[in-house]
Amino acid sequence: MNDIGKPNLEIFADTLLDQAKINQNILVVTSDSRGSGKLVNFGKELPDQIIEVGIAEQNLVGISAGLSAGGKKVFGVSPASFLTARSIEQIKNDICYSNQPVVLVGISAGISYGQLGSTHHSIHDFASLRTFNNISIVAPADNFEASEVIKASVGYDKPLYIRYGKKPMMNIHSPGTNFQIGKAMTVSEGEDITLVSTGETVQRAILAGEILKTKGINPTIISMHTIKPFDKDIFIKMAKKSKVLISIEEHSIYGGLGEQCANIIAQNKINLDFKILGIPDEYIVNGSQADVLDHYNMSPEKIAALSAQMLG
Amino acid sequence: MSVDQKFLEKKSLKYRRTIIEIIYNSGAGHTGGSLSCIDILNVLYNGILEITPNNFTNIERNNYIHSKGHSVEALYTVLCDVGFFKKEDLNTLNAFDSHFIGHPTKKVLGVEHNTGALGHGLSVAVGLALAKKKDKSKKKVFTLLGDGELSEGSVWEACTSASKYQLDNLIVVVDRNHLQITGKTEDVNPIEPLDEKFKSFGFNVEFVNGNNIFELLEIFQKVPFTTGKPNAIIANTIKGCGISFIENKISWHHKVPTDEEYRNAIKELDEKLIKYE
Repeated sequence: MNDIGKPNLEIFADTLLDQAKINQNILVVTSDSRGSGKLVNFGKELPDQIIEVGIAEQNLVGISAGLSAGGKKVFGVSPASFLTARSIEQIKNDICYSNQPVVLVGISAGISYGQLGSTHHSIHDFASLRTFNNISIVAPADNFEASEVIKASVGYDKPLYIRYGKKPMMNIHSPGTNFQIGKAMTVSEGEDITLVSTGETVQRAILAGEILKTKGINPTIISMHTIKPFDKDIFIKMAKKSKVLISIEEHSIYGGLGEQCANIIAQNKINLDFKILGIPDEYIVNGSQADVLDHYNMSPEKIAALSAQMLG
Repeated sequence: MSVDQKFLEKKSLKYRRTIIEIIYNSGAGHTGGSLSCIDILNVLYNGILEITPNNFTNIERNNYIHSKGHSVEALYTVLCDVGFFKKEDLNTLNAFDSHFIGHPTKKVLGVEHNTGALGHGLSVAVGLALAKKKDKSKKKVFTLLGDGELSEGSVWEACTSASKYQLDNLIVVVDRNHLQITGKTEDVNPIEPLDEKFKSFGFNVEFVNGNNIFELLEIFQKVPFTTGKPNAIIANTIKGCGISFIENKISWHHKVPTDEEYRNAIKELDEKLIKYE
């Protein structure tokens, strides 16, 4: 474990290509985003299965809905920032409300674009999409989750949003592990403290766990890859046996994983010390994805220090 | 398909009667726009589309997307008449927990896509038309847009894709009634020259009197106008068409008739209907 794999985005593209080769009903719709989405090969190998709409995200989502209504399995692929903000009304009405089981793939999600700044960040996507009825939201942590969710998405009969980052990710799960949309994955089970995270910050929780182990603290670490529907069962089980719980996400502290955790803690009489780590409500600091996450207290060292401090 | 023009003209009068009745009874509705587009829907559903409750779940059929979703009373009225649901169901329009809400929803059998927010239907229709091309189907996709709706930028995004993918199986009908909720379209936000706009986006464009059954039947039977090009039909209509005191009145965008207005509207329509008996 802890060897570094590929960027999840590449795994997404490779898996989708494999699936589309054996299933001609799969279509990909891009908005001048096939390069960013690592879909150049897809375009070369399966030119009849890719539709290019140009830089027009609203149209991308609307056309995806129409193709889906016409019986196709559609993957709409565009930078997460534009896909979930520019075309939010198309997602709300044409996908969710109209119940088209389109897979919306938000690429270069979170703060993957780093120094390109706030226009390109998507730290709002969990929050905004969570309020829409009928859509599931997944942020894969490692190559395994990144690939499994695409395989699962082909037969998924509801709208689905998946966000991917661009940096190589640590391999977390062994091949053959059971992956299911809506079922959290327990990376390690310890005592007293639970670190729950999603997407590209899960590896930071794991690295923090390793620091904690050197101090004799064994945390429970959960990859909550599915933000919605949220796996309350595993969360409540782990939270109830913890004294401390920290949520870590590459998203605004508003409306994402942390607030979902707070909601469940507050409504289930769970008594523990709880902190939300994420991007605060401020003009976001400039830097690479890693620098920004570090700055906002999501470096493994800071997560470990906070954990130890909260445990007392 | 040979369709009796007089038969459809009579249907239009009956449809107008139903539109007024359900808006009056339910206390809400988009009166002006439903009356302007009802002849278009009449001709499409009774003469062109061949969409029936029996084939509705088939992928291989024509499609209709009601992009100007607010004119839902026109759509529900026609869907009811062609057998998708009973009049008693339609009478629950706007009632608590009824599926018959104030914009089209697929909870109502016969509705193909949930609309209401403007500027959405054309992209969806493009997707459907593209799926038909992929399937090598000869079926067509029709969509009806309001003229006020054309200010939405997403409409024109969709036009670029329709043209790029040579969707000659796509027919965009504009209900050109020249009015929107605030006033005249050309005062609120001018959209002319509309034909030139569609042409420059790669469409073949035809005009039609959108309240004339004969002209509508003729134009819809002519599509595709040119192989490899999407079709736009600018249907010149009268908002509130068919009821004298509602015609061309901005205030009737979503006005509900009073008791007296209701009686007068029904009387006017019934007097015209007698001529078809």
